[in-house]
Amino acid sequence: MSFNATRPNLLAAPGVAWLMAFMVVPCLLVLSYAFFQRGVWGGIDYTFTLENFARVADPLYARIFLNSARIALTTTVIAILIAYPAAYAISRAPRLRQPILLFFAVLPFWSNYLIRTYAWIVLLNREGLVNNLIRSLGYTGEPLSLLYTEGAVITGLVYNYLPFVILAIYSTLSRLNPELMEASRDLGAGPVRTFWRVTLPLTLPGVAAGGVFVFVLSIGNFVTPALLGGGRFQMVGNLVYDQFLTANDWPFGAALGMALIATMIVLLFAQARATAHASGEGRGEAA
Amino acid sequence: MSGQTTMGAMTAAPPAAGATVPGVFRRRLPGRIVLLLVFGFLYLPIAVLVLLSFNDSGLPTSWSGFSTRWYVALAGNGDILRAAWNTLVVAVFATLISTVLGTLLALGMETRRRKSNGLEALAFAPMVIPDIVLAVALLSFFSRLNLTMGLHTIVISHVVFDLAFVCSVVRARLKNFDYSIVEASRDLGASGWTTFWRITFPVLLPAIVAGALLAFTLSVDEFIIAFFTAGAGRSSITLPMQIYSMIRFGITPEVNALATIVMGVSATALMISQWLNKEQVR
Repeated sequence: MSFNATRPNLLAAPGVAWLMAFMVVPCLLVLSYAFFQRGVWGGIDYTFTLENFARVADPLYARIFLNSARIALTTTVIAILIAYPAAYAISRAPRLRQPILLFFAVLPFWSNYLIRTYAWIVLLNREGLVNNLIRSLGYTGEPLSLLYTEGAVITGLVYNYLPFVILAIYSTLSRLNPELMEASRDLGAGPVRTFWRVTLPLTLPGVAAGGVFVFVLSIGNFVTPALLGGGRFQMVGNLVYDQFLTANDWPFGAALGMALIATMIVLLFAQARATAHASGEGRGEAA
Repeated sequence: MSGQTTMGAMTAAPPAAGATVPGVFRRRLPGRIVLLLVFGFLYLPIAVLVLLSFNDSGLPTSWSGFSTRWYVALAGNGDILRAAWNTLVVAVFATLISTVLGTLLALGMETRRRKSNGLEALAFAPMVIPDIVLAVALLSFFSRLNLTMGLHTIVISHVVFDLAFVCSVVRARLKNFDYSIVEASRDLGASGWTTFWRITFPVLLPAIVAGALLAFTLSVDEFIIAFFTAGAGRSSITLPMQIYSMIRFGITPEVNALATIVMGVSATALMISQWLNKEQVR
């Protein structure tokens, strides 16, 4: 490993080539489909059109988009509200124990997504554990329909993405300079005020990073709505899935995919800008 | 099994230390309650699944005694065995390719004189791009090329995100890498090649293995992209695809057993990966 100018590029070349060939080119290809017409037999008719984008804005589909955005936003807010206290508690645990706690908080995130979603079918169905629990507490009416509801979809999404939000928030909390909090306390602010005025503002970049991630993954999700929503809750992900696998309207599916990617890029940029802004501000305050 | 043991570890560990000092205990109590609740939320559903897989009746409603009959039933299910074999084949090949490419990419990115924003975005994108978008993109790409889809196209697709994760794990290790030992080796007359194999590679090895284990787990568990790039027919069905088709039609006791095994394998691979990562930091 001598550090001349060409070797790094040579080392990176195979990986870059793979990503270009099997990520960038396929994505550009499918996005280009959005500008063509659907063929009579479901293929692509290479005639330029903007009709697919007009259809994305059609009230029928725009409503699904907005509905997905609402579900994704609810998921994001709930995930942050649970993850913040958890990340805070981990960051206050003894130093040596923090990595272990963090590891076990994140472990479920790396395990099978389908299985984690399936676990909620087991818990929420009419004969499921939650219904049994309610019955054992003295409830005698009809079993509650908990599964195949919007609540079930949101619960599943929060459950699946919570570990990542904990990780994102913890990483900003652990980098926080404790002297800032001490200074605030020394200057007479109570613990609550210190939290609201110092700790929370300085950890907002982590909250934003985790939040954007959950939002993007939730809005494009199709497994959770299909399994926990019983197919009754169409989200953008399901719509894309349908266009490619059942309706065979690839150009429209591509336009929907493009809308998803656009949403993601806008949010990531906004988050990056906000983070750069906040860290600049934080440094200013610390100095 | 993993769900239960990890749960036990989590709930049992915190009160052990510090509990002798009442002041410290009181100050830490709210944190402990929060952790208990959150870890309960994270692990209870998994623990229930694991318990049910050993329930003789297989029903979620009542416990009718310990039994391993659902595991025995799994071993006799040809569809599941074939799906498991397919998954293993895909994961092994995807891991091998992505470990080599990801490690080289990490070395290339970290030894550059100037950070390239384009390169950073390229290596970051596979980790954030919605699965469904990558899945339909690859489906369009493979069918545009008139490629017959099967296990090989799943491998190609899995390498895309696997290599990004391997790259990020290896880069994290390279950030703490003491380049002076490389210079020392060169000063003492070793060639670039010898230096790499005798110095750089051994230092990086734990991170490379950790990255490979992560890639393996991700590949074993990946469903959406495999689903879109597997092609028609049942011959290239992977385990997650099999699980998906089984759980769409409700609860079957065999799925509980299968889920327990899959999670056990993932958790083991991840714990080894984590352990390797920790070893090298010290």
